[in-house]
Amino acid sequence: MPFPSRSSGPSTSDRLPGSDRSARSGRPVRSGRSARVRNRAAYLFLTPATVLFLAFLVAPICYAVVLSTRASTVTGGGIGVRVERFVGLRNYRDALSDPELWQSMVRLLWYGLIVVPVMLGCALLFALLLDARRVRAKRFSRIAIFLPYAVPGVVATLLWGFLYLPDISPLHDLFGLVGLAAPDPLGPELVIGAVANIAIWGGTGFNMIVLYTSLRAVPSELYDAARIDGCGEIGLATRIKIPLLVPALVMTGIFSLIATLQVYSEPATLRPLTNTISSTWVPLMKVYRDAFVNGDPYLAAATSVVLALGTLVVSLGLLRVLQDRAFGEER
Amino acid sequence: MRPIPIIRAVCGLLAVALLAACTGGSESTSRSTETASGPVKLTFWSWVPSIDKVVATWNAQHPDIQVSVSKPAQGDELVTKVLTAHKAGNPPDLVQAEYQALPTLVTNGVAADVTEFVVPAEQAFPAGTWNLVTFGGKRYALPQDVGPMMLYYRKDLFDRYGLTVPATWDEFAETARTLREKDPKRYLTTFSSADPGWFAGLAAQAGAAWWSFDGDSWTVAINDAASKRVADYWGGLVAEGVVADKPMYTPDWNTRMNKGTLLAWPSAVWGPGVLSGIAPDTKGKWAMAPLPAWTAGDRRTGFWGGSSTAVSAKSKHREQATRFALWLNTDPAALEALVTQGGIYPAASAGQSVPALGKAPEIMPDATDFYPTVKEISTQATGFTWGPNVNVAYSSYKDAFAKAIKDGTPFSGALETMQKATVADMTKAGFPVSAG
Repeated sequence: MPFPSRSSGPSTSDRLPGSDRSARSGRPVRSGRSARVRNRAAYLFLTPATVLFLAFLVAPICYAVVLSTRASTVTGGGIGVRVERFVGLRNYRDALSDPELWQSMVRLLWYGLIVVPVMLGCALLFALLLDARRVRAKRFSRIAIFLPYAVPGVVATLLWGFLYLPDISPLHDLFGLVGLAAPDPLGPELVIGAVANIAIWGGTGFNMIVLYTSLRAVPSELYDAARIDGCGEIGLATRIKIPLLVPALVMTGIFSLIATLQVYSEPATLRPLTNTISSTWVPLMKVYRDAFVNGDPYLAAATSVVLALGTLVVSLGLLRVLQDRAFGEER
Repeated sequence: MRPIPIIRAVCGLLAVALLAACTGGSESTSRSTETASGPVKLTFWSWVPSIDKVVATWNAQHPDIQVSVSKPAQGDELVTKVLTAHKAGNPPDLVQAEYQALPTLVTNGVAADVTEFVVPAEQAFPAGTWNLVTFGGKRYALPQDVGPMMLYYRKDLFDRYGLTVPATWDEFAETARTLREKDPKRYLTTFSSADPGWFAGLAAQAGAAWWSFDGDSWTVAINDAASKRVADYWGGLVAEGVVADKPMYTPDWNTRMNKGTLLAWPSAVWGPGVLSGIAPDTKGKWAMAPLPAWTAGDRRTGFWGGSSTAVSAKSKHREQATRFALWLNTDPAALEALVTQGGIYPAASAGQSVPALGKAPEIMPDATDFYPTVKEISTQATGFTWGPNVNVAYSSYKDAFAKAIKDGTPFSGALETMQKATVADMTKAGFPVSAG
C-alpha cells in the first residue's frame, strides 16, 4: 500500500488542519515594499478567475434577482406593446402559490427517494465487489460500469426512450415471447421509476469510481489485521470498508442530491413521447416553460431564486448534520 | 489597500476591451451594410426544407441584397429562439413564423409593421389569407403557406377490412369501432395531446373562435360549444378505446404509421411530405379525402400549420427585408422552387397553380388529382383570429389533454383548464379581457 507510515483514519485527517497551520505560520511575514509587490502579483494572478467568477456567476445571479422583481405589461390596449416594469415581490407570491410548483416538488421528492439510495447502493455494491479479492475481469468491469456516465444525458434518455416505447422496444417483443403482458414504463404508475432508472444507469458508474478510489486508499494492514482476527470478505466489507467509506458516501450523497434537485434533461426529453410527463413535471421544467414557452422570464427568475435558495439550505443543512457524524474526528 | 488600484485598472481595462469588442463588432457590421458600396446583408431563420436553394436564386439575382439562411429550430421552438434573440438584441432580419405565433411576436415588438412595403402584393393573396397576418389594420408579415386540413387513409387496409371512407365524424367513429372489431391490433387513428395546432384546426372546422377582438377588449372562448363538441367527441372515442391515445410525431407513432397499425390521419396538405419521411414503406398505399364533416354535406375544414415571413422590428433594413419576403412569397419562380424544393403549399393565389402542383405527391404516386382537389378544399378552409398568447394556450393544451387521457377525465374539462390558463395569463399581462 502506498502509505505504510500512516495506519489509520485519524492520522490522515490530522494533516488537514496542518496545511492550514503552515499557511499561517509556515511562511515568514515580510514587511514593507516586498510584501506589497508580492500581494500585487497575487491579485494579478487572481484577476482572471475573479473576472470570470463575477461575469459568469455573480452577474447572472444578480440579473436573475433583478428580473424576478419585474414583469412585462401590455400597454396601449388591444394587441398593444409589452413594457417592463417593477412589481416588487409579486412574482415570488405567484411562484409560491402555484400548485404546479408544489406538485413538481412532490414528484421530485419521490424521484429522489428512488434515485439516491438505489444509485448509491449499486455504486457501493459494485465498488465493494471490485475491491474484493479473487475478482476476475476487474479492469473490464470497472470500465463497463463507468461507461454509461460518459453517455450524455439526452442521448441516454433517447436510448432508454426507444426501449420504453412499446411499438419499437425489443423488450416488448421479449415479454411477448415469454407470453407476458409487457409493463408500460411510461404509464402513470411507472413513469417516475422509468425516469429514475435513466439517472441511476448514468450515475452509478461515477459514484462507483469515487467509492472505489477511496477504498483503494485504505491501508492494507487494516485488512490483514482483520483477517488475522478471523474476518471473512463480507465481514471485512461491513465492518471495515463501509465505515471507512462514510465520508466518501456523504460526499457522493450530497452530489447526488444536488443532481436530483437539478433534474431536467431526462424528463424533458421523454415528455413528447408520453401523456404522463407534463411540462411542469419537475421544478426546472416549470422554470423552462415559464421563461421560454409562456414568455414570462420574470416568474421563471423568481422560481429559480426560490429553488436555488432551497437547494442551498438543504445541502448546507444536510452537510452540517452529516459532517458531525462523518467528519467528526477531524474537528 | 495599495493593490486595489491595480485590480481596478485591470478590471477597467478588461471591461473596456470587452465593450470595445462588443460594440466594435456591431458597429462594423452595421457600417458595412449601410454604406452604398457594400451589399445589404440580411439573416433569415426558416425551417422550409431546401430553403437555402431558393434563397441562392435570390442572391444570384440581387447582388445588392444578400440573404443568408439558418435553421436554428422550427415551429414553436423557433418562436422561443426569436423572442430570446430579440431580447438579447440580435434577432434575425427575417423569420418564418406560423400564423398563430404572429400575435406573440407582434405584442413582444419582434415583428415589424410592414404595411407600407407590402402594398404591391395586395392582389397576390386572397383576402382571407391577408387576415392571418393583419392585426389592428396593420400587416405584420407576408403569408407563405397554408395548411388546409384533410383526411389521409390507407386505401389498401380500408379495402382489406371492408371499410368505407367516412364522410362525417359519426361515420368516422363507426369506422373506428368496426376496425377494432375486425382487428384489435389496429386503430383507425390516434388522439394526440402533443399537437394543439391539430386540435385547433379540428375545432375551427366545427365553428370555434378561440379569440376575438372588438377594438377595445379581447374575448377568449376556448371552451365554446363547438370546441367542447370536438373535445368530447374525441374524448368519447378514447374512453371507448376505439382510437389510440398516444401522441403523434414520436418514434412510436412513426413505426405505427409505417407498419399500418394506424390506418388514417386527419392532417393537412403537407401530410404527404411527412408520410414520405416517416412511413416510406407505405408508398402508393395512401389516399386522400376531405376531412369528415360535422353535418353531412358541410364542406368546411380547418387549417393546421401554415406560416408567414415576418420582418424583425430591430432590423436596420426593414424595406430590403420586405422586398425579399415579397419575392419569396409572390414571385412565380420562387413559388415554383418553394413547391418543388420545400414541399409547401403556397398561400399566394398564383402559387396554387404553379406547374409543380400538377404532379402527384411522392408517397401517393397515383393521386394525380391531389392538388386540384386541395385547391377546391382550401376554398372551404376557415381559421379563427389568433390571440396574443397562443403559446400559453398551446402549452396548457398539451398538459391538460395529456392529464385528461392519463386520468380518464372528460376532454371538455381540459378545455376549461386551457380557458382558465389563457385568460389568467392575458389578465396578468394587462390585456383587457372579457371571458366568453
